Amino acid sequence: MSTPELEAVIGLEVHVQLATRTKMFCGCPLSFGDPPNVHTCPVCLALPGALPVLNGRAVHYGVMVGLALGCDIAERSIFARKQYFYPDNPKAYQISQYETPLCTGGHLGGVDITRVHLEEDAAKLVHIGTSGRIHGADASIVDFNRGGTPLIEIVTEPDLRSAAQAREWLMLLRSTLRQLGVSDVNMDEGSLRADANVSVRPAGTDALGTKTELKNMNSFRFLERGIEAELQRQRERIASGAEVQQETLHFDPQSGTLTPLRSKEEAQDYRYFPEPDLPPLEVTPAMVQDARADLPELPADRQRRYEDELGLNAETARLLAFREGLGPWFERGLATGAAEAQPLATWITQDLAAALGGADPAASKVEPEALAALVGMVNRKEVTASAGKAVLEKLAAEGGDPKAIVEAEGLGAMGDGDELEALVQAAIDANPDAAEKIRAGKQQAVGAIIGHVMRETKGRADGGEVSRIVREKLGV
Amino acid sequence: MSDPLELTGAQAAAAIRAGDLDARELFEAYRARAAAEELNAFTWVGDEAPATDPDAPLAGVPFAAKDLFCTEGVPSQAGSRILEGYRPPYSATVVRHLQEAGAPLLGKTNQDEFAMGSSTENSGYGPTLNPWDRTRVPGGSSGGSAAAVAAGLAPWAIGTDTGGSIRQPAALCGIVGLKPTYGAVSRYGMIAFASSLDQAGPLTRDVTDAALLLRHMVGQDPNDSTSLPFPDPIALPTAERLDGLRLGVPSELSSDGIAPGVREAFAKTVALAEELGASVDETTLPHAPHALAAYYLIAPAEASANLARYDGVRYGLRVNGDDGLLEMYTRTRAQGFGAEVKRRIMLGTYALSEGYYDAYYGSAQKVRTKIADDFREAFDRFDFVITPTSPTVAFTLGEKTDDPWAMYLNDYCTVPVPLAGLPAISIPNGLSEGLPVGFHVIGPAFSEPRLLDAAYALEQAIGFDGAEARA
Repeated sequence: MSTPELEAVIGLEVHVQLATRTKMFCGCPLSFGDPPNVHTCPVCLALPGALPVLNGRAVHYGVMVGLALGCDIAERSIFARKQYFYPDNPKAYQISQYETPLCTGGHLGGVDITRVHLEEDAAKLVHIGTSGRIHGADASIVDFNRGGTPLIEIVTEPDLRSAAQAREWLMLLRSTLRQLGVSDVNMDEGSLRADANVSVRPAGTDALGTKTELKNMNSFRFLERGIEAELQRQRERIASGAEVQQETLHFDPQSGTLTPLRSKEEAQDYRYFPEPDLPPLEVTPAMVQDARADLPELPADRQRRYEDELGLNAETARLLAFREGLGPWFERGLATGAAEAQPLATWITQDLAAALGGADPAASKVEPEALAALVGMVNRKEVTASAGKAVLEKLAAEGGDPKAIVEAEGLGAMGDGDELEALVQAAIDANPDAAEKIRAGKQQAVGAIIGHVMRETKGRADGGEVSRIVREKLGV
Repeated sequence: MSDPLELTGAQAAAAIRAGDLDARELFEAYRARAAAEELNAFTWVGDEAPATDPDAPLAGVPFAAKDLFCTEGVPSQAGSRILEGYRPPYSATVVRHLQEAGAPLLGKTNQDEFAMGSSTENSGYGPTLNPWDRTRVPGGSSGGSAAAVAAGLAPWAIGTDTGGSIRQPAALCGIVGLKPTYGAVSRYGMIAFASSLDQAGPLTRDVTDAALLLRHMVGQDPNDSTSLPFPDPIALPTAERLDGLRLGVPSELSSDGIAPGVREAFAKTVALAEELGASVDETTLPHAPHALAAYYLIAPAEASANLARYDGVRYGLRVNGDDGLLEMYTRTRAQGFGAEVKRRIMLGTYALSEGYYDAYYGSAQKVRTKIADDFREAFDRFDFVITPTSPTVAFTLGEKTDDPWAMYLNDYCTVPVPLAGLPAISIPNGLSEGLPVGFHVIGPAFSEPRLLDAAYALEQAIGFDGAEARA
């Protein structure tokens, strides 16, 4: 009997900095990129005698996230001290939530959410030296600007089955959070950080294998590659008859290697206990109502609406709904009535995406109204598809009105009148070999004739029409 | 006029307001005494009288503050070497409130390190002596504040009480000490010992002063999420009688382990209360005998977290090692903390450890709830619960330093009160072997105005004279 296939079992723990004005437990402003240690006070420096005061906005955002993910919102949740010694943690405990988090349950994109809780970010350690990491650093210095930034931690069930799916899901989560407006969700700047719990098990079984934890992967690509590398490592270990050890690992994207940070035996005892400086967090029905009122349409809902109401195919609907800002952009174009939904959507997700090289349409020179007008012209055959693409290139480069571009460049579709007939005849005359092949039954050779006409007309001719005239003239 | 240093805080404020006394002269007189004192009651004394407003409520009468209150630019060391020379960039809310009410800071007073102790012998800056007998301790942990007020080195003072740290030194020094309801006074800027228990309160020569200081200490603070608005204004007490007042004496806290002289003074005060019209009956607090055990899990547990920040990096003592950060941490903490603080950090760390949490911290919290329930039931039948404050009078220096449990027993009567978050006052009710004894009145949450009234009536009837300690 052959070795059973080992399926991947992945869960994510995602830390998200909330885009509040001030820190979680004090009035210091949030910042990124300011000179170090300018946004500090007795509370976030953990000076003796200072006490935390909970940021109400952070609670509001936490409840919004909980509602958006379909979680139960606890009427009464408890803050706890999570104790560990580290230079980025000046109180030597992080105020977090442990046994009674703000949100429990929930789901997103086919993945179950275990919990969402509120906590504070650590200060930032800057390691001086060539490695940029703590190992091999000449010195490490602490910037407390980040210390105390409001965080939510979102923990999923181990429902993900591949590295690619984990990446895809994290992008959906990012898009959802961005749509909520609760975070910048920028992995480069660390406002979105993911840890992955990774294990494998024989496909078709239910028991969980021993997991390892991959820490702080700071891009979608590294997340996928890190998980991929770890899955491969685990599969190789098992294939060689060894067992997977429970440990925490660091993935180095440069070398693609995994380095152990600590083993199970070294696992820390955080000595959690309820934070005596903060009363239990009471979330009233009015607070839940306020949070609900602030919820925008979320990607999954938007996709459903595009499929159900606009008749878009699922893939196009998903692409439009999940990419930040693209749905509203699409809807602005649609509102002109100049184009039908599906062709407009296809142009946006394929042609426009290609023309912009993946850049954000909202930040481009293309106005959604202009694209809708162009798509309408193409659909009415006023412009051929290939001329339309030329117009789109122009729009992407310079912006403007597609009608004016078509007129200025003479890109309007040619009719099926004498002008085209004469051009086709000239093309046949210029390509006697091709004409001979067509007569001999080689249909593909018509391409050379069509190409000639297209060159002559700068794509204004309708390829189908050209083909028809060629066959007519050559009597095939 | 007579010696201004013999005036209570309220009397001095009235004299300044009437133009009979100059606030600067009063400050200077106290400053000179405090600077020359031989009790080691102060850890820092101000050098110049700040300008004050005679029309302000406290009219320029200075106050002393326990070392652990953060005072901007002034050493705030919590009695610990690990905070040696630490001058905070901000002041505790309660300090600010008193200053805004017109009371300048006279000095900072000695204490057991991080408020852990009952004798002020655990201070990193040497013990404070009891002004009634300099071979004896003043109690603790607010021993410096109690000794300073008793000896007339300050008109009044503030301290903190976690398990008895205001009431017990007040009793041992023959002055009044009040621990307010948990949440009545902001903890912002109080260097934390046990956050769910710590509460600031006044130490004064008489009950009127306690009321006057407390009036300017209470109030909800946006910087302390556990603080609460005080429901009623705190009037100065006027009661002469205790008619209709029902006083309960818990059998668990009034017999075993209480020294005969203390018990005798207690009985006399109970008789006086009855003469003033109160009815006194036995009650029960069945879980109170477990209070010390619960307290010595909860308080160290919280302390182990609160004291983890003292690592030598950002403030206070730093002892560098040869081998990097970890050695600097361990050396700093090894040298900076005293033995009792280390003992409690270890106890608390253990009590919170995985696998032990439920058995220790969890059980202690259950006991705490039971103790609060006991008091609630007692207050169904009684207005106040009364006990001796401390089981003994002041003991001699060194007498209990080698026996932590004997030291902890000092708080036998006082420790159930903060576990239930309740207010209580200790007033001097006589001498035993020439040393002061304290009488302890415990009330329901936010009953301070009534508590002060009852204490005032008793105080007038007792007629305790503390002048001997000020001589």
